[in-house]
Amino acid sequence: MSEKIRKVDGITKESTQAMIDEALAAYPEKGRKKRAPHLAPNDQSSGKSCVKSNKKTVPGVMSARGCAYAGAKGVVWGPIRDMVHVSHGPVGCGWYSWGTRRNLMSGINGVTQFGMMFTSDFQEKDIVYGGDKKLKTLLEEAKGLFPLAKGISVLSECPVGLIGDDINSVAKQSAKELDLPIIPCNCEGFRGVSQSLGHHISNDTIRDYIIETREFSEPETPYDIALIGDYNIGGDVWSAKALLEEIGLNVKSVWTGDGEMEKIAATHKVKLNLIHCYRSMNYMCKVMEEKYGIPWLEFNFFGPTKIRESLRAIGARFDVTIQEKVEQVIAKYDPIMQAIIDEYRPRLDGKKVMLLVGGLRPRHTIGAYEDLGMECIGSGYEFAHTDDYDRTAPEMPEATVVYDDPSEYELEQFVDRLKPDLIGSGIKEKYVFQKMGIPFRQMHSWDYSGPYHGYQGFSVFARDVDMAVNSPTWKLVQSPY
Amino acid sequence: MANALGLDIKPVTEYLPEEVERVKSWINSDDYKEKNFARQALVINPAHACQPLGAQLVAHGFEGTLPFVHGSQGCASYYRSTLNRHFREPAPAVSDAMTEDGAVFGGQANLHEGLENAHALYKPKMMAVFTSCMPEVIGDDLTAFIKNARLKGHIPEDLPVPYANTPSFNGTHIHGYDSMLLAILQTLTEGKKVEGRCTGKLNLIPGCDFNTGDYREYQRILTAFGIPHTILADISETFDAPCDGSYHVYAGGTKLEDAADSINGRATVTLGPYATPKSFGWIKDNYAGKHVALPMPLGITKTDALLMTLSELFGKEVPAALKAERGRAVDAMTDAQQYMHDRKFAVYGDPDYLMGYVSFLLEMGARPYHVLCSRGTKKVEKELQALLDASPYGKGCTIYMNKDLWHLRSLLMTDPVDAVIGDTHGKFAARDARVPLFRFGFPVFDRVNLHRYPLVGYQGVINMVTAICNKFIDIKDETCEDRFFEMMR
Repeated sequence: MSEKIRKVDGITKESTQAMIDEALAAYPEKGRKKRAPHLAPNDQSSGKSCVKSNKKTVPGVMSARGCAYAGAKGVVWGPIRDMVHVSHGPVGCGWYSWGTRRNLMSGINGVTQFGMMFTSDFQEKDIVYGGDKKLKTLLEEAKGLFPLAKGISVLSECPVGLIGDDINSVAKQSAKELDLPIIPCNCEGFRGVSQSLGHHISNDTIRDYIIETREFSEPETPYDIALIGDYNIGGDVWSAKALLEEIGLNVKSVWTGDGEMEKIAATHKVKLNLIHCYRSMNYMCKVMEEKYGIPWLEFNFFGPTKIRESLRAIGARFDVTIQEKVEQVIAKYDPIMQAIIDEYRPRLDGKKVMLLVGGLRPRHTIGAYEDLGMECIGSGYEFAHTDDYDRTAPEMPEATVVYDDPSEYELEQFVDRLKPDLIGSGIKEKYVFQKMGIPFRQMHSWDYSGPYHGYQGFSVFARDVDMAVNSPTWKLVQSPY
Repeated sequence: MANALGLDIKPVTEYLPEEVERVKSWINSDDYKEKNFARQALVINPAHACQPLGAQLVAHGFEGTLPFVHGSQGCASYYRSTLNRHFREPAPAVSDAMTEDGAVFGGQANLHEGLENAHALYKPKMMAVFTSCMPEVIGDDLTAFIKNARLKGHIPEDLPVPYANTPSFNGTHIHGYDSMLLAILQTLTEGKKVEGRCTGKLNLIPGCDFNTGDYREYQRILTAFGIPHTILADISETFDAPCDGSYHVYAGGTKLEDAADSINGRATVTLGPYATPKSFGWIKDNYAGKHVALPMPLGITKTDALLMTLSELFGKEVPAALKAERGRAVDAMTDAQQYMHDRKFAVYGDPDYLMGYVSFLLEMGARPYHVLCSRGTKKVEKELQALLDASPYGKGCTIYMNKDLWHLRSLLMTDPVDAVIGDTHGKFAARDARVPLFRFGFPVFDRVNLHRYPLVGYQGVINMVTAICNKFIDIKDETCEDRFFEMMR
């Protein structure tokens, strides 16, 4: 976090507020009142959120948000590779979230790894008579067909909670009969206001059903840590884990990218929890702190500046052996990173980027863009809370626009005014802005690239950003006639 | 030992290599297949989505139309992102973002606020409302809600707002397509029927087709015939919009006035008999002119049927250009038949596509060896069987109704084929079986531009033959021993 107040040419509190007011003018009065507190110019020095957040989505505005189920299936549970994750309810939710997050997995599909789509495919009769019996049968079938699965999660879709099924008692009974951890997760999509509650509910189920049910068989060491809130998008975990191991730490478990159920269950034995995505997993870090006295530390592995800061902060939690290794690692990678910057910065210097992502990247990636000489002139989240926006304020230049759960209309208006050179957001936004001729990278999925975490990731990130911004294809958008 | 929750604490275990090897080969066995096919409750890797997705697709096919999801917010994001990924195009749609209190109070307040906001921000000419699970389970009354929305002034009196119940726990995306299409046509044509008036036009219903190239192909064929037409519903511009520096929320679609006047058409042809039975049934009772249901025109025979029907309905000879095109397609088939003859295929997809795949493969002398339908009726099965029975190449081929892609995997491993025709979701099974997958269906998330290549019509035949045969030749070139690697194939 830099103390210096950073300014962007032409952007003032007044200009940003005027742009916001103009965008809001199109709304009916009620909608305008609801949306206004979610849009504001950044106050960098305050260190405080300038917007309201984690409120109900305003109906009809075209939000990018997902639901609690999406947070449970896509984010927390889905990436655990050695469990069967059942989308319990109608076919759609599981089908749409099947393989669409890019949380890569090791193992053999269908044997030791279950990155596939399991559903109870509810029909009318299941709605009328309830799906508990079907659930019980399908759990038996899953165990029979996938004998090496380490457990089963049951992720409820909307109807399950509405018709009053009791998946918790089915799970309890079946877990006993099948001698297998079966975790009921009441993450119906109508709960809460976004993916965020799904993260929280899933964290709670890890607390209730998983943690402290296993112990590592090898002896403990002072360097045992867990990597929390890294979902292995495009291989991020593999890059981050390798770096943590290079500074001498033992990564005992990963939550939950390429995750293994039993290692997650033994995480109460580590000495430090390192958390990347604060939004989706701070809950369990706090539980482990209170219950087992495990401290936790947020870190940021995007771009060499933030990696350096983070490595030193991590090192400071350990003895001199680790600290020395940290310095060695920094010294090793600094010149490699500098070479990357030297290559790409001349083509990216002064370029402006706007972000709208989930719960972490709208602030965490800013440093990586800045390493490449770029400026972030607008940022916002789909499902963040006040504490996320508090953490965002110092990262954003002064008076730049901050938007919480923006509608597509608002985003279009801001982009039209600010004319960024790059937008980093999701698949629903991508083609809107590309039609306008504005370079775009999907920042949830790394646009089918990655990893972006760690030193290894920065070279990919820099290449991708350069490729997007400077592709010759953009020059062809306007026809000469 | 037990933890605070009373659960046993066990050691972290690693998989034993021999156990992994055992299961790895077991899942490819006949024994596993039997167990797999005995499943009663668990569905694994289904090849169908839910109703609202189809409803959103058809809504995009009308001019100025904003798809409106009455239900949880996340549903809309799922449908949108699925269409984004397949077409690599925007898919603007709104939701009224129902939450827990909707379960108590119903969804009317959300719907009204949503309609008002969406209308103000996105200025649609029509909003097509369809439902996801929540309002269906709690029993929201859309008829009353939308009537009230007008009464209370949330939407203008004259704004068309067709609505359809599209419960996700019933049917698949094709049924949602049908229900929404029906609601749109009923709304737009209301009071538009004029006795004795005939627009002279053909209403063409392509069915739940996610290939924009197919729509353009229909237009080309009809233009060649000189038949004036209205496509119900036309997604070709919506999901294949030019990149020219501007973004249009409504990039295309059938003009609302044309859709309204379609009730006075000279003829209506549906090419998606399984995707549009409700709409077509209603059209038969209400639309002027003749009504014909034809199979989706995949392959020569089914394309012939379309052209002959058009010729008959409009009293025009099949244009020479199309006849020549037929000749070229047949030329492509005869030239390439040696690369497909007797090759075994596994095919899966929606019923209308399946009929076409089977028919085309049989024309080529290839064998639709495993025919798998994720959701289908007895009627679908009967028609598929009749196709197989009518050809010597259908002998020994088997139909698997209401099965999923994990069943397909067992089939591929125990009774191998040379290739699979399906969509992106089949890539894991195809890879395990080491056979190529042809992505003729929906969705395609992992290849570019395929939705721009028509599969229907004679041009579609050429495209399918080219894709399949060249892939087989590529495989030969990539895998053959050096001494058999040669210049010509």
